Amino acid sequence: MMIVDRRPNPQGKSLPNRQRFLVRVKAQVRRAVADSIDRRRISDVGADEEVKVRVAGTSEPAFRQAGGADGDYVLPGTGTLNRGDRIPKPQGGGGRGHEAADSGGGEDSFEFTLTREEFLDCFFEELELPRLTRTELGEAMLSKPRRAGFSIAGQPTALDVRRTMRNSLARRVALRRPDREDLEGAEREVSEAIAAGDDGRIAAARSALDLMLRRIARIPFIDPIDVRYHRHERVRLPASDAVMFCLMDVSGSMTEHMKGLAKRFFMLLHLFLERKYDRVHVVFIRHTERAQEVDEETFFRSRETGGTVVSSALAEMLRVQAERFPPGAFNIYVAQASDGDNMHADSSAVVALMARILPLVRYFAYVETGQGEEERFGAAPGQETSLWSTYRAIAEDGARQLAMRRMAELRDVWGVFAELFRKDPVGVAP
Amino acid sequence: MTLLFDGAEWDFAKLDATYRACEEIACGELGLTPYPSQIEVITSEQMLDAYSSVGLPLMYRHWSFGKRFARDELLYRAGMQSLAYEIVINSNPCIAYLMEENTMPMQTLVIAHACFGHNHFFRSNHLFRQWTDADGILDYLAFARRFVAECEERHGLAAVERILDAAHALQGQGVHRYLRRKWRLADEEERARARQRYEEESHNPLWSTVPGSDRQAGGGRAVNQAKAALNMPEENLLYLCEKHAPGLRGWQRELVRIVRVVAQYFYPQQQTKLANEGCATAVHYAIMTRLHDRGQIGDGAYLEFLTSHTAVTRQPTLADANFQGWNPYALGFAIMRDIERVCTEPDAEDVHWFPAFAGNGDPWGTLREAWAEYRDESLVRQFLGPKVMRAFRMVNLNDQANEPAYEVTEIHDDSGYRRIRSLLADHYDPARAAPLIEATDVDLAGDRSLRLTYLSRHKQRLHDASARQTLAHLQTLWGYKVTLQEIDADTDRVLGELIAEA
Repeated sequence: MMIVDRRPNPQGKSLPNRQRFLVRVKAQVRRAVADSIDRRRISDVGADEEVKVRVAGTSEPAFRQAGGADGDYVLPGTGTLNRGDRIPKPQGGGGRGHEAADSGGGEDSFEFTLTREEFLDCFFEELELPRLTRTELGEAMLSKPRRAGFSIAGQPTALDVRRTMRNSLARRVALRRPDREDLEGAEREVSEAIAAGDDGRIAAARSALDLMLRRIARIPFIDPIDVRYHRHERVRLPASDAVMFCLMDVSGSMTEHMKGLAKRFFMLLHLFLERKYDRVHVVFIRHTERAQEVDEETFFRSRETGGTVVSSALAEMLRVQAERFPPGAFNIYVAQASDGDNMHADSSAVVALMARILPLVRYFAYVETGQGEEERFGAAPGQETSLWSTYRAIAEDGARQLAMRRMAELRDVWGVFAELFRKDPVGVAP
Repeated sequence: MTLLFDGAEWDFAKLDATYRACEEIACGELGLTPYPSQIEVITSEQMLDAYSSVGLPLMYRHWSFGKRFARDELLYRAGMQSLAYEIVINSNPCIAYLMEENTMPMQTLVIAHACFGHNHFFRSNHLFRQWTDADGILDYLAFARRFVAECEERHGLAAVERILDAAHALQGQGVHRYLRRKWRLADEEERARARQRYEEESHNPLWSTVPGSDRQAGGGRAVNQAKAALNMPEENLLYLCEKHAPGLRGWQRELVRIVRVVAQYFYPQQQTKLANEGCATAVHYAIMTRLHDRGQIGDGAYLEFLTSHTAVTRQPTLADANFQGWNPYALGFAIMRDIERVCTEPDAEDVHWFPAFAGNGDPWGTLREAWAEYRDESLVRQFLGPKVMRAFRMVNLNDQANEPAYEVTEIHDDSGYRRIRSLLADHYDPARAAPLIEATDVDLAGDRSLRLTYLSRHKQRLHDASARQTLAHLQTLWGYKVTLQEIDADTDRVLGELIAEA
């Protein structure tokens, strides 16, 4: 007989099977993920919450008998049944309980839970931060201290105690500095010699003790040459923080439907950035004629009245950015949603502000939300909105961080997002 | 004697001592002859792993096992399904999984149940002896896993999955029900390599340029010879595909063979659920009781054992909301205890029913024989006595498809005993559980289409949708059109014809 402890074996033995299974139910996983996005707050998405996938259509068929045929079943009775008794059949069911209990080949339908990684993998499959901007701008760099050996000078807080003590010990051994036991031994010898009354022995012991005391006085326990400090070097690392500015027009012309579109787009972007960066800060800026930084709730729920001045939002964004998010430490992303209305006089201000913003940011995504099929893009068919044409001019000027798309229906959101972040470089919409 | 353990905590020394104490009783007093055991302590997650791969420790990779894992995990986490206390594998040495969560009394129960009960059954029952190769199975599974992984690498996941999916669908039709020869899995890997090598060495592209005229020239005789080689009718469809499917490549045939080997390996288990669980339950009951009598386990531990033992052997009646059909533990245990009683303290009724062994004074010898020589169906037919029928208040319900109610036709009284016993035994007849499907014809001279025949008994028809899907899978393996005819076994009338789902 042998007893084997299998508990330390690597876990997740069935992981490859699970991956194969996920591939199998990909369409359903996708749908579940999309549904779960609908229900959540921007910063919640992809957090520890679980995504449940309803699985159907992964049946494993086999030849089996349909049931419902004539037959005899010997069963454990109640003791009160007699020949000729009749027991009504259960409604809506064909076979007996014990027939149905072991239905191996039935259509399976059950829910299972995706891990966070699986959720995101599935979601962002085939998407990439646009290579275009990455190679052009390079990663935002941040300098961070990193341990780099030892030095003989430094801050007291950086003292390496172990190394210092090791040096000290080596030096004391080499120079034969008596330790406490030696000293106690010598003292005992002196007192024993005194007790014995042997003068010669007393003298020898006293001189030995003196020698020790002199050595101790002369050889310090810790010498400045023992002391070592940790040395730090500042290295430049790619910044792992990102900030995402969500800009939205909340004037009366933006309907709930449009805001819903925008919310989903922002959510996707947030999720996507979270996969790439350690920490993602989100700043919500809403605007009518004036712009204002608000929390998420207000951003999506409240409605303002007034005209539309897009430059106010851009100016507010620049202000927040200058205050809290230096471009050297943060990868800056901007996502703007609007129905495209803008005061005509504002265009030149927008162009000027964009000229300042675009060099700072990694990516500026503008999505124009429309009302739906009947009134496709806010403006009459074939006609550009004022903001669209302003941005188009900027993009055609070679601002490659700027990407713009239109969407009108919920089902467009994912497509637009995927288009913006497809692995190939993207340009401006035609 | 001194207690083997005290309290709920277990450790390896206690497991070892307990195993030895159980062994003394099982092999010394009960006369069991199990394989050597290998006890593996695992976590609940590993138990779920084992579940999903049908209990085998080294299964090849396939999405269906992932699906099973996802479902079992969900049920388990939601508290809807508890994990089995043990899983035991018919191998030599016999591997038994013990969950780390079990208390020491539970571990004792599991050791008695799995390492001695099931283990003895695996080694002694004639079905297992004939159909399975406990010495070779672990090595074979390791080979299968490697081979599948290799194929995935060479031919791609999708191509392998296609074949495995198709073969899995036909698992039920992948066994030889009648003995040909014992499988020796140990040489299986070597044989597989040899087949592959032969195929690679003997491949000559010139042959593919020879026009296919010789077959036509040979006329009907060649076709007849080829047909004779197919050995129709053939009930083992996986075997047919592996050996004769026109379009399969060598590695594909090997994959089909792997699925077939695994299916065949499990074939005896389906026929011996009742006997196997009855054996294991009777053995654990005897061992635990004797351990307690000897003073090797305390009263508390024995009570804990009795609690789970009674829970396991509970049989709800058909009026109960929890009724799920027969509980093999309950019925099996009752039959085994009855045999024991008949051997030692028979009354007149027992002598009348079981003249062969009533009062022979050798209950364990009789039980060992029952476990070695019978399967569920014959066990019920031979050993189900009137006392057990009365204890379960057995009744027979007759189900007519067009009637709104079941009719009670037999009850547990003098005129009903024999009929009830016979009907219950019929229920365990493997020929009744699985649909009887055979490949009966191939159009060798024409479009190579394969014809299957399903023999319908008791007006039992095939489940239409799943049969069509399964036919589609068979078509994948066979490579040409497959049709299935449903024929009434009594009248030979054709009930219907199915074709593969598009």
